[in-house]
Amino acid sequence: MAEHSDANAPWVNLAGMATVALTAALFAFFLQYLPVVAAGSPVQWSWNWIPSLQINLSFWLDGLSLMFALLITGIGAFVMLYAARYLAGHPQYNRFALYLFSFMLSMLGLVLADNLIAIFVFWELTTFTSYLLIGFSHTDPKSRRNALQALLLTAAGGLALLAGFILIGVTQGTFEMSELNAAGSMAEQPYYLGILILVLLGAFTKSAQVPFHFWLPNAMAAPTPVSAYLHSATMVKGGVYLLARMHPSLSGTDVWVWVLTIFGAVTAVFASFMALRQIDLKQTLAYTTLMALGTLVMFLAGSTGYAITAAMTFLIVHSLYKACLFLTIGVIDHATGTRDADVLGGLARAMPITAMMALLAGLAMAGIPPFLGFIAKEVAYAGGLSMALTVFVVLMSLAAFALMFAVAAIVAYRPFFGPQGALPRKPHEGPWPMLIGPATLAVLGLLAGLMPGVTAYYLVEPAVAAVMSAPDTGGRLKLWAGFNLPLVLSLATFALGFVLYWFHQDLRALLARIEARGPNLDAGWDRMLERFMDFAKLQTRVIQTGVMHQYLFATFTVLALAIVVPMVLRPVGGMTLTFAGLSFLEWGIGFLICAGTVLVLLTSSRIVALTGLGVVGIGVALIFIVYSAPDVAITQLLVELLVVVLLAVALLKMPHLDPDNRQVHRPMDAILALVVGGLTAAVLLLVVETPFDRRLTDFFEGASWMEAFGRNIVNVILVDFRTLDTFGEIAVVIIAALGAFALLKGGLKRGAEGEAEKEDSK
Amino acid sequence: MNSIIFTAGARILVALLLVFSLFMLLRGHHLPGGGFIGGLIGAIAFIVYALACGSAEARTALRVSPEGLAMVGLGVALLAGLVSFVFGDPFFTGQWYWVGGDSYETAAFSINSVLVFDIGVYLVVLGGILSIAFAFEEET
Repeated sequence: MAEHSDANAPWVNLAGMATVALTAALFAFFLQYLPVVAAGSPVQWSWNWIPSLQINLSFWLDGLSLMFALLITGIGAFVMLYAARYLAGHPQYNRFALYLFSFMLSMLGLVLADNLIAIFVFWELTTFTSYLLIGFSHTDPKSRRNALQALLLTAAGGLALLAGFILIGVTQGTFEMSELNAAGSMAEQPYYLGILILVLLGAFTKSAQVPFHFWLPNAMAAPTPVSAYLHSATMVKGGVYLLARMHPSLSGTDVWVWVLTIFGAVTAVFASFMALRQIDLKQTLAYTTLMALGTLVMFLAGSTGYAITAAMTFLIVHSLYKACLFLTIGVIDHATGTRDADVLGGLARAMPITAMMALLAGLAMAGIPPFLGFIAKEVAYAGGLSMALTVFVVLMSLAAFALMFAVAAIVAYRPFFGPQGALPRKPHEGPWPMLIGPATLAVLGLLAGLMPGVTAYYLVEPAVAAVMSAPDTGGRLKLWAGFNLPLVLSLATFALGFVLYWFHQDLRALLARIEARGPNLDAGWDRMLERFMDFAKLQTRVIQTGVMHQYLFATFTVLALAIVVPMVLRPVGGMTLTFAGLSFLEWGIGFLICAGTVLVLLTSSRIVALTGLGVVGIGVALIFIVYSAPDVAITQLLVELLVVVLLAVALLKMPHLDPDNRQVHRPMDAILALVVGGLTAAVLLLVVETPFDRRLTDFFEGASWMEAFGRNIVNVILVDFRTLDTFGEIAVVIIAALGAFALLKGGLKRGAEGEAEKEDSK
Repeated sequence: MNSIIFTAGARILVALLLVFSLFMLLRGHHLPGGGFIGGLIGAIAFIVYALACGSAEARTALRVSPEGLAMVGLGVALLAGLVSFVFGDPFFTGQWYWVGGDSYETAAFSINSVLVFDIGVYLVVLGGILSIAFAFEEET
């Protein structure tokens, strides 16, 4: 499915090259902090954002965030270069480059942010940008559906996360992650369990742990470079990052250990079996990502140095080989036109470079010495032996790693050296922009393994120190750690993995039969959404009758009740109504308003009624002028004018009022109108009875000139004291305008499209 | 509306209204006015023009799409808020630069982020209202 790509199209363009260059520059920027952070001094940048709500834009660069930042920008730059060639000639490539770059920045923000609210915002930004990326082939209904599924699931988890963050902020008195971690474990706090559940919901949906796993394989609907990026260094690692980041605050309790171990282990083993079951190589890789996420979560359950080192090392290894293999599959797909594991084979002759790098990545994935993957596996077994629930963790790791060995052979060995099937196209070597990234990543996986000391000092140990919130003792990453239990387990893994590979085609058939019997969460999701939509339709049918009169009647009835009920339940003092001392002018305005109202009630012409309403509005504006609020008055006057003009244009197109129909409702309408009017008047009179609190007025009168250099208090409040509110309001103006615009302009067209879609679904 | 008097008068009126809208925008900080009111007046100017000469011609006169104008306005307002970071202040803190002096009293005039924000509001209101109004006009 090398869709839209054109081998001869020019692939160097401004959008593509600019994003590659910027990402590479960011990589270089973070690289310079490597020695600083490795020496144990985190870097911090901070700006006050909304100090009154403790929301700051603060960034915190320690071992953990630096490791992530380097993976995100490093792999990001290669993926963007690859994508430029992969999608060359695609009409919407520029849009794609923008999405991918925004996604990279959001992810970077997520791992650097120190303030919980900022973390949440970046978290949601990655959700939105990944939605755009997964649904990039937006003409394909399946692609749209999968993008929506990912969006709904991860955004729902995001909401839980926000609730958890707010609970933390309120109970701990700070939103800064660095301060929270420095304060130590929250386990004794009264709301610990609630916080933990909410945070885990967020992390597990993002990192696709069972039972929220099904969106991840579906996210394969994205173009291959996106899959490579989402799966290796970003998006799904977001949840893992969060668990690691909050490890010092939340870990150590029985709940943490049990929940993470069990969910992680089940995800890892389930996913490895599912990976073996797939025929599409891209799907196979998608499930191995799940396996990796499960493994990472499982090791984050522990608090020992070995467990955390295992998690961090495996994270690096996985990011490197996974990005490489995904990109390799893309090259194969590009060259042969298929990703079917049964068909692909013997490609090594035609694609020697691709074969070479796939092999390197595959060896890292299988955990063969001297690759970093081998060290990660050794450390993982050592970590498992040091953790609680030892036997369970070790057995589950053994199963997952052995399956991983088999899958590595299927993905990285068989397509190149296995028997060849009938290929749709004659294979050829990929172009260099699509090879340089995966090749570099594959070689890095080998180099990092050959120099375990360097890898440990610069990347792993600072990250472990950050997760453990204590300096790391180090010295755990070794190519030869002696003849010990982990080595025996490693050898057992190879043996078991080899057996699994040998019988993998039989196993696949068996797994397919089991899968057919088991519950299908993906289909369940669709059913759930359908129920939800049915409920929404039912509710719409009941509430939204389409008759304006009923809407207004219901709205004003509720308004009347909302005023009456509190008045009855909590009676307040009396009110006085006096007409003494009203000037001639004020009487005149009152008369004008009443006359306008009477006109509206009596006329049978829409235009006259509208004019009558305009008179009422202008009367109100006059009141503002009399009570010296010129700003409000001018605005009221102008809005009134616009409403009359706009409605007049609309009303010209409507039929005449139907006098018969109106008569039926009139008595009830009159009663309701009188009740609402009377109640509003009563409330206003009650408000006037209470003494006026001048504190705010005094403040604004004093500060408006001294601090904001403005004499018009209304304007100063709007553009200076409460700018954020105004900003929200003008955003609403735009949303309203676009909504009205869409309704007016898109009505007919949308109807036609809806019909077309119905045709499609048939 | 096919009235020659209205069409002829509208052209003059529109020019006056637009100047007036800018006047209201700029005086807003000290006297009644501001971006919101200015934007409304500007919108009315173009609506009058649209009523007199048709919305197609009003769109041509505006040169840019009203929706785009509103978006640009929102961006300008956001920029006015972000400027405060450069000076190390919280989001949306008003920034003032005095030209020809060092305080309000001595300076000839000032360059400030508050007015930039108000210009953003002006553009949003102008663009927002016009996108609705033009769509209304063209609906038939």
